Amino acid sequence: MSKDGVDNGRRRFLLWSTSTVGAVGAVGIAVPFVGSWQPSARAEAAGAPVEVDVTKIAPGQAVRHEWQGKPIFVVKRTPEILSKLGEITKQDMLKDPMSEKEGTKQPGYIKPETRSIKDDVFVVIGICTHLGCVPQHKKELSAEEGGGFFCPCHGSKFDLAGRVFSGVPASNNLEVPPYSYKDDKTIIIGIDQGAV
Amino acid sequence: MTRMQKFMGWVDARFPATKVWNEHIAEYYAPKNFNFWYFFGSLAMLVLVNQLLTGIWLTMHYNPSAEGAFASVEYIMRDVPYGWLLRYMHSTGASAFFLVIYLHMFRAMLYGSYRKPRELVWLFGMVIFVLLMAEAFMGYLLPWGNMSYWGAQVIINLFLAVPYFGEDLVQWIRGDYLISGATLTRFFALHVVALPIALLLMVFLHIVALHAVGSNNPDGVEIKKNKDENGIPKDGIPFHPYYTVKDILGVAGFLFLFCMVIFFFPEGGGYFLEPPNFTPADNLKTPEHIAPVWYFTPFYSVLRAVPDMALGVVAMGLSIVVLFLMPWLDRSPVKSIRYKGWIYKTGLFLFVVSFVILGYLGMKPPSDLFTLIARICTVYYFFYFLLFLPFYHLFDKTKPVPERVTH
Amino acid sequence: MKKIIAIALATLSMAAFSAGGGDYKPNDPANININDKMALQKGFALYMNYCMGCHGLQYQRYKRTAEDLGISEEVLKSNLIFDGSKPGDLIKTAMPEKYAENWFGSAPPDLSLIARFRGTDWLYNYLRAFYKDPERPYGVNNTVFKDVGMPHVLEPLQGVQFLTEEGDLTLISEGSMSPEEYDNAIRDLVTFLDYVGEPVKAKRQSIGIYVLLFILVFFILAYFLKKEYWKDIH
Repeated sequence: MSKDGVDNGRRRFLLWSTSTVGAVGAVGIAVPFVGSWQPSARAEAAGAPVEVDVTKIAPGQAVRHEWQGKPIFVVKRTPEILSKLGEITKQDMLKDPMSEKEGTKQPGYIKPETRSIKDDVFVVIGICTHLGCVPQHKKELSAEEGGGFFCPCHGSKFDLAGRVFSGVPASNNLEVPPYSYKDDKTIIIGIDQGAV
Repeated sequence: MTRMQKFMGWVDARFPATKVWNEHIAEYYAPKNFNFWYFFGSLAMLVLVNQLLTGIWLTMHYNPSAEGAFASVEYIMRDVPYGWLLRYMHSTGASAFFLVIYLHMFRAMLYGSYRKPRELVWLFGMVIFVLLMAEAFMGYLLPWGNMSYWGAQVIINLFLAVPYFGEDLVQWIRGDYLISGATLTRFFALHVVALPIALLLMVFLHIVALHAVGSNNPDGVEIKKNKDENGIPKDGIPFHPYYTVKDILGVAGFLFLFCMVIFFFPEGGGYFLEPPNFTPADNLKTPEHIAPVWYFTPFYSVLRAVPDMALGVVAMGLSIVVLFLMPWLDRSPVKSIRYKGWIYKTGLFLFVVSFVILGYLGMKPPSDLFTLIARICTVYYFFYFLLFLPFYHLFDKTKPVPERVTH
Repeated sequence: MKKIIAIALATLSMAAFSAGGGDYKPNDPANININDKMALQKGFALYMNYCMGCHGLQYQRYKRTAEDLGISEEVLKSNLIFDGSKPGDLIKTAMPEKYAENWFGSAPPDLSLIARFRGTDWLYNYLRAFYKDPERPYGVNNTVFKDVGMPHVLEPLQGVQFLTEEGDLTLISEGSMSPEEYDNAIRDLVTFLDYVGEPVKAKRQSIGIYVLLFILVFFILAYFLKKEYWKDIH
């Protein structure tokens, strides 16, 4: 065994190039292991966009749907409810009437006043922004507050635009999911307005 | 002192990291004349790691229940991103494992690697082989295909051969009056937890024993008998970098073939994934022809060759037991086949031929001719171990063994 | 280049592994091409129209199938989904298993994996091997699958076959397709069934080429690296 006459440059070059290619290969081998943790086709199918026929909801009523495992409320708002929302805004009963606070989640294409695409239909994720319980839809929280959502866990209250009232534990408005109108009758929860 | 040296100094004061690295890698002196046959040890390690990793990942998606197992395998194949690849890596890996292990064992037969002082290396290796067979057998039930089901049925029923307790024993193994979800879940637990732990332990012991005595080589010469003034074997070279770079080459060659199967012939022509296993387990319908997976078939042939069930089971068991005894059966003064005469070479050649024929016949439905051939091969199998190995040295003419390894 | 290697490997695999078909008649090779999108689409349509009534594909999803076969979601929804399933759903048959067993004696099997179980050649011959046999409950028998418990659903397409005493099949009344058209339709159907058996097959082979090329490069580098280091020893 002797190391006389070893071309160190060549040896170093081969060592580095083999190591580099080997490292690339190791990353390649990692692909299936990492990739298999992505949601499967079954999970994707279960979380697929949900179509809701809004003409079937009676005025003032809320229906509950499931999208990506989350409860979604779709509320048909009457003109009375809408005017009540306006009053609440004026009376300064809300923490964040225009949903401007950091951490509030809603798509950019909804109107900030009503937190919806069209005034009469309100879509919201029914997960309390305080600690994640599912709020109940109430036609009347109180005479002053009108209808809204009441979280049974810690008593947080939201109006029928999902805006949080002052003096309750939750600090952010309820999240509005991405949704869009397929036609006048049908909304699709999970696909952004204008995406298709 | 660089930062790295400082860090290693800190570690070494608390854990023998450098010592272990040197003893087993950097200053582990292996004979310099390893040939092609010496790739299969490191390749077995590679396949073991492959089986562990892909196996762990498969359990993340697999459902070990009679109702859900078959569907969950198809779920892995279709719905899980890259699930098909993980599954094929695992199923092909099973066959690759046995191929590599068989070649690894054959290497030991060629060069007498089981002889003194390496008896324990061989025994630990044999335990690994038996554990591996158990591991593969239990794993084969998990896809819950019809071949899984009936293959397990046949093998479990071998225990009926046990006198007095046979029936009760078989029922205890199944946990039911037939193979059912109860059998599946216990096989799952053993396959993914118990046997892998045992396997890892045995692999560890196998390597500790090997490194204590040092590797054999194609000349069967003990390199430790010729040391230089520093106590380093004259024919030894450090494992790292010489055998690491060589083994990497072997790994690359192996991966080429392995990936060829995974990406182009994952069913292995019906030998790695058998067609009847693409229908769910059905306890009322046996596949037209049941054969175990190819790596069990030599032993299965021995079983079928004996015209009595209980004796057949005993013969099959013995065909594995005799392998354990090899270090004491072989009495030749010479280790390596290179310095043995034509008698041993012929004997070993015929052994390989009969082993391969037994393997082939085990996959085929029995016929009069096949049964006859299987019986001849079985007789030769036992003749080789029990009569040939202990006595061939009395007749065989050996050549003089050199002092140093040849190159 | 990629294609040539793929074809070479495919033929090699067929020659090496799929040799030895059964001893049935007809015994023609299916000669399918899993990359033929047209054949796959036609096969899918045939399947949904003629087979789906009884045989589900319970492990396969509509959406994945449409994507792999190059079918748009609109076409899928309007022309291929008949039972109001969602695109992400599994292709399950509407036939309840209980009734199926009463009607047919045993429930018609799910066909997700039939191509992997039977092989494509078998399927190709089986679907062309129905002949008139008044003694059978459905008036037909099959030379490949004797006494099969399934009616000849494709008879309107193929016509009626008769089994001669020599064991050959001859057409005694024509269907809406000529024999060549019918054979092609069956080839399409079998191509589709082969796809459904292993939807990733085409993709697996195309990835495989790159994987093997990569390993080859690594092998060459490793070879020179080994040679370089072993100069110390030789």
